[in-house]
Amino acid sequence: MQEHIVNGLLLVVALLAVVLQIIGARPASGMTRKQKVMLWRILAATVLLLALQLLGAEAFQPLGPAGRWVRLGVFLADYLIVGHDILRKAFRGIRNGQVFDENFLMAVATLGALALAVYENGDYLEAIAVMLFYQVGEWFQSYAVGKSRRNISELMDIRPDYANIQRDGRLEQVDPDEVEVGTVILVQPGEKVPIDGTVVEGTSTLNTAALTGESLPREVEAGDEIISGCINMTGLLKIRTTREFGESTVSRILDLVENASSRKAKSEDFISRFARIYTPAVCYAALALAILPPLVRMFALGLDAGWETWVYRALTFLVASCPCALVISIPLSFFAGIGGASREGVLVKGSNYLEALSQTRVVVFDKTGTLTQGVFEVNGIHHSELANEKLVEYAALAESASSHPISKSLQRAYGKEIDRDRVRDIQEIGGNGVMATVDGRQVAAGNGKLMDRLGVPYLPCHSVGTIIHMAIDGKYAGHIVISDRVKPRAREAVRALKAAGIQRTVMLTGDAQAVADSVGRELGIDQVYSELLPAGKVERVEALLEERPSGRAKLAFVGDGINDAPVLRRADIGIAMGAMGSDAAIEAADVVLMDDDPMKIAKAIRISRKCLRIVYENIAVAIGIKLICLVLVALGFANMWLAVFADVGVMILAVLNAIRALFVKRL
Amino acid sequence: MKKTYKIDVDCANCANKMEDAARKTEGVQTATVNFMTQKMIVEFAEGREPGAVMAEVRRACQKVEPDCEIFL
Repeated sequence: MQEHIVNGLLLVVALLAVVLQIIGARPASGMTRKQKVMLWRILAATVLLLALQLLGAEAFQPLGPAGRWVRLGVFLADYLIVGHDILRKAFRGIRNGQVFDENFLMAVATLGALALAVYENGDYLEAIAVMLFYQVGEWFQSYAVGKSRRNISELMDIRPDYANIQRDGRLEQVDPDEVEVGTVILVQPGEKVPIDGTVVEGTSTLNTAALTGESLPREVEAGDEIISGCINMTGLLKIRTTREFGESTVSRILDLVENASSRKAKSEDFISRFARIYTPAVCYAALALAILPPLVRMFALGLDAGWETWVYRALTFLVASCPCALVISIPLSFFAGIGGASREGVLVKGSNYLEALSQTRVVVFDKTGTLTQGVFEVNGIHHSELANEKLVEYAALAESASSHPISKSLQRAYGKEIDRDRVRDIQEIGGNGVMATVDGRQVAAGNGKLMDRLGVPYLPCHSVGTIIHMAIDGKYAGHIVISDRVKPRAREAVRALKAAGIQRTVMLTGDAQAVADSVGRELGIDQVYSELLPAGKVERVEALLEERPSGRAKLAFVGDGINDAPVLRRADIGIAMGAMGSDAAIEAADVVLMDDDPMKIAKAIRISRKCLRIVYENIAVAIGIKLICLVLVALGFANMWLAVFADVGVMILAVLNAIRALFVKRL
Repeated sequence: MKKTYKIDVDCANCANKMEDAARKTEGVQTATVNFMTQKMIVEFAEGREPGAVMAEVRRACQKVEPDCEIFL
């Protein structure tokens, strides 16, 4: 019965090798030369082994006493075909003083099994099959890892290959590195914008999905700044570069992502420390298993020593103990997690930060630019005697000469071209407002003081923000409220954070208390600290760090990177948002959100949780199954076959599980 | 001075071995091997010529991991 199973298995391996070889013949398969060679070796060894199996030991009978050695020779040749590189690597490891690695384990186990078989003139099959299946497992691992590594890298590859320059009326492709600042480059539809710059000519729609994860295309026209890495979708654009390629957004992002996995997380360190202790430990345990029980049987129990049984168990123990699944799957999980996050517009600078992000319990926000838009807008018009649009129109016209942010926001709210001919006698009253004649009517726009000065009674406003009272022809005409607008999804974002298990949300701002408290209430923030200077924010964060319940609960600070770099650095995790333009923010932050949607904060945390969950799953499953196998083997319930299948199986499961970390779109 | 080199290495553990070997090489301040992006980032000691040091790094790496390749 067992013979049929073995033959069936070998047949499956042979067929698989043929099919894979055919797949590998296509260039798109991404199979390396080394993998193809290995596949041939596996195929040759399997076919030879299968033939030897079918012939059986009787075929060598006619050769007489020499038959035994011929048979051994053929099996040995087969063993070397499939496993010579393992032996070589194990030998090299010993010579270089790094004795204990998986090659050493496999070499000792299979050579030992062979020696036992020679001694018993029996079953060479097992030693060779173990080596064969180990190599099949290694092959799958190398192919799966290589393939997923390439896939992830391709997803992150937003590197432009060339820039178009017009030279003597002809379009020329040059290396983006060679383009100087201020050069005009052309970007055709379908091409990537290679370098940051300003549009000088043309209109188009840009796909920023690769940068921000935002699928909504962005319209651009002459005068707009655009960042590299976007894909030009519709029209031809002429762009004057404002940075060198190396300083451009796309280069900086690539730099960041590529170096990300160099910063190792605690769980990764744990694995390398674990492997360093584990491999020697199992080797000594195997040695003990081979020697101690027979000695005990011989001297203490007076039984037959049973050396073969215990040596065999010890060898099986070595096969079962291989730590490959752990060593490969943990960095792969982190890499996939970071890759998946970057596709969603969340750049994580290292595995350690991904790990810290998953342990975040306190989120501290900066107000302006993070929860609010940081631009002043007309947020309300109250008690207006005229149509609201008319009131704004008068205000915008009266303020048309001013470049103050307030008057700019009025002009934006008006939305049409300012016809300066309609305005005369503009008179600015410092600290109060302006007075002007618009369409022949006397318009006054300013604060309460201006109204007092004109002797116009006005209605105070209950809203928070800057209030512009209006008087037309000496009569009160209502007021306009201008305030920093809360981001549309900020409230939802705070709620999503709570749902993601954040225990405490805090807002810090330099703004007035009334404004801060009102924003805090509106968004459902737990604690608000207002009227803080930049240094005060650092102190606040330090105090909050002190208050944390335990060391594992991490504190994240979210800012827009404008003058909060010190705070970003001080927090356990600094998250900079909408940081596409700000070098200081990218530099200081540990996590960079490419667009300024606050919902991304909760998303980043969910991505990190998923990735870390996968890491822990892999650690637990791999170590758990290993331990169970080791116990089974030591007690004699499992043979070498089971051991090698357990090893290869766990490894494939762990690699597949690790790749799951890449899929975070629906999180 | 810091430079990045493309490498070709098969397994994560082999990458760690390469990293160790590169770090121990004379003239290397610090080295990081990133298995996932197949890159080696080497920071050279003050006044050392990268070309000569890298030839040495490559030899050291191929001693511990014969299958690896560093593209100089």
